Amino acid sequence: MDYVNLFVRSIFIENMIFAYFLGMCSYLAVSKTVKTAVGLGAAVIFVLFVTVPLNYLLDNYLLRPGALAWLGEEYANIDLSFLSLIMFIAVVASMVQLVEMIVEKFAPALYGALGIFLPLIAVNCAILGGSLFMQQKDFSAVSEAAVYGLGSGIGWFLAILAIAAIREKITYSNVPAPLRGLGITFIITGLMALGFMSFMGIKL
Amino acid sequence: MSFLRNKLDQLKKPFGKGEKWEKFAPAVNAFDTFLFVPNHTTKKGAHIRDAVDLKRTMITVVIALLPALIYGIYNTGYQHFTQLGESFTFMDAFLHGAAKIVPMIVVSYVVGLAIEFAFAIYRGHEVNEGYLVTGLLIPMIMPVDIPLWMVAVSVAFAVLIGKEAFGGTGMNILNPALTARAFAFFAYPTYMSGNKVWVSEATNVDAISGETILGSLAAGRDAGYDMWSMFAGSIPGSIAETSTLWILVGAAILILTGVGSWRIMIGGIIGAAFMGLLFNLWGVNALMSFPWYQHLMVGGFAFGIVFMATDPVSAAQTFKGKWIYGILVGIFCIMIRVFNPAYPEGVMLAILLMNVFAPTIDHYVIEANVKRRKKRLEAAKVKTA
Repeated sequence: MDYVNLFVRSIFIENMIFAYFLGMCSYLAVSKTVKTAVGLGAAVIFVLFVTVPLNYLLDNYLLRPGALAWLGEEYANIDLSFLSLIMFIAVVASMVQLVEMIVEKFAPALYGALGIFLPLIAVNCAILGGSLFMQQKDFSAVSEAAVYGLGSGIGWFLAILAIAAIREKITYSNVPAPLRGLGITFIITGLMALGFMSFMGIKL
Repeated sequence: MSFLRNKLDQLKKPFGKGEKWEKFAPAVNAFDTFLFVPNHTTKKGAHIRDAVDLKRTMITVVIALLPALIYGIYNTGYQHFTQLGESFTFMDAFLHGAAKIVPMIVVSYVVGLAIEFAFAIYRGHEVNEGYLVTGLLIPMIMPVDIPLWMVAVSVAFAVLIGKEAFGGTGMNILNPALTARAFAFFAYPTYMSGNKVWVSEATNVDAISGETILGSLAAGRDAGYDMWSMFAGSIPGSIAETSTLWILVGAAILILTGVGSWRIMIGGIIGAAFMGLLFNLWGVNALMSFPWYQHLMVGGFAFGIVFMATDPVSAAQTFKGKWIYGILVGIFCIMIRVFNPAYPEGVMLAILLMNVFAPTIDHYVIEANVKRRKKRLEAAKVKTA
């Protein structure tokens, strides 16, 4: 039940886009068609699902105060948490490299469509945010971190999928000239967040 | 008739092409087409023209709304006098309600139409009739005692951000009336929820039980009304949402004229009934054990699913998509009611949420169809080869 709770929470209630507005750059830039949005969303799910538990292990056995106690008594009071940002980023960047190679090999069309935004997942705030929230939340087991990572990824995926479908729908809308492109996308995001307000305050 | 036509044409002359006030033509045309059907013809290609244009569709919805509105006006007075414990006649109640609600409708129409006309003139397109429905819906889903300027601000937000930013009628992604209500709900929560706002002038009396049924259930108390009151609508609530009976009359008009989608309505009822039954079996708190058929009658569910979820612009557009959309609205509505103590009324947010996902549903329904037909084509090719 706890896992279900955490899973639903991270998808809907603490949605990366609509609750924290994280990972907006690629969310705004790659949401013109549903096809590329699905590709990028899947990549984000994968990267979050892998990096959050990896970073959890790093954090618990290497970085946080007292984490090195498993090496021996004399290491118990070492605090390496000042390294956590750079370590997290390194893990994320290497995972993204892996994803990039896989996508290039197996889906070259998608690779072309995503362009620069695929390597840029490395600096996608939602990914680093996932790891930092994980650190803050003090999960008790690596499986919880994995569920949290998967849920956040799916939440981000749903958001970009929905906005891509909306943007495809309004392709022929007579949007006022100054608002075309990013302007209307920001307004859509705000209105979508209004829809997602239905989950705010749910106590599971 | 031709006399009237000539007179109007004379009046319209300075607004014609190349004349002095050409810019203001959309405003004049809007009034002109109230009286006469415009005689535009299609210039290119073959088109089938039908007498049922946007204007007729929208007027049909307005007619369907009237029974619920009239009952809402009466109910406003009824709640006021019964809560205050005064004796009253039918006329008293009706007049009290009318004095409260007519100004709201006027404000909503004046503000909304002013923005619509301004945009039409500025951007040079025609004034569309969609606002006739939206402008009537907005007061109908507000609590009766909300200050008029709040109605005006919500209307302005809904029309500007929710609709005109996307290019006007038929292009919005969220239902504009619900956008207005959600705006007011999150901007002025003290005026939009609680136990004082649902009965007019309730602040004048101390001992009042003007809470909505869902509100008292969320607080762990009994519903406090029998089933007939819930169905007929003599309960506190937003102005026109209380009477399931008169909403059903409106639903019948919408379905018979083909204006509202019965797929969405039936889907919504199935979804809500299913979810309600599921919670009945679970039954831990007052809201969960509230019978599923009564869930369909209280709060804004009936009004929302009949008049708001069926909005042809923001709902799903494919037949299969409409089923999915309707069922999900029902499911989310009951889930928000039960799980979210902050919002005992779930239907507004459930519909807004599904508005967000409606294009996604449509996209996948269409894609599945394309795939199926491609497969059929392949099969035919194999056969002929």
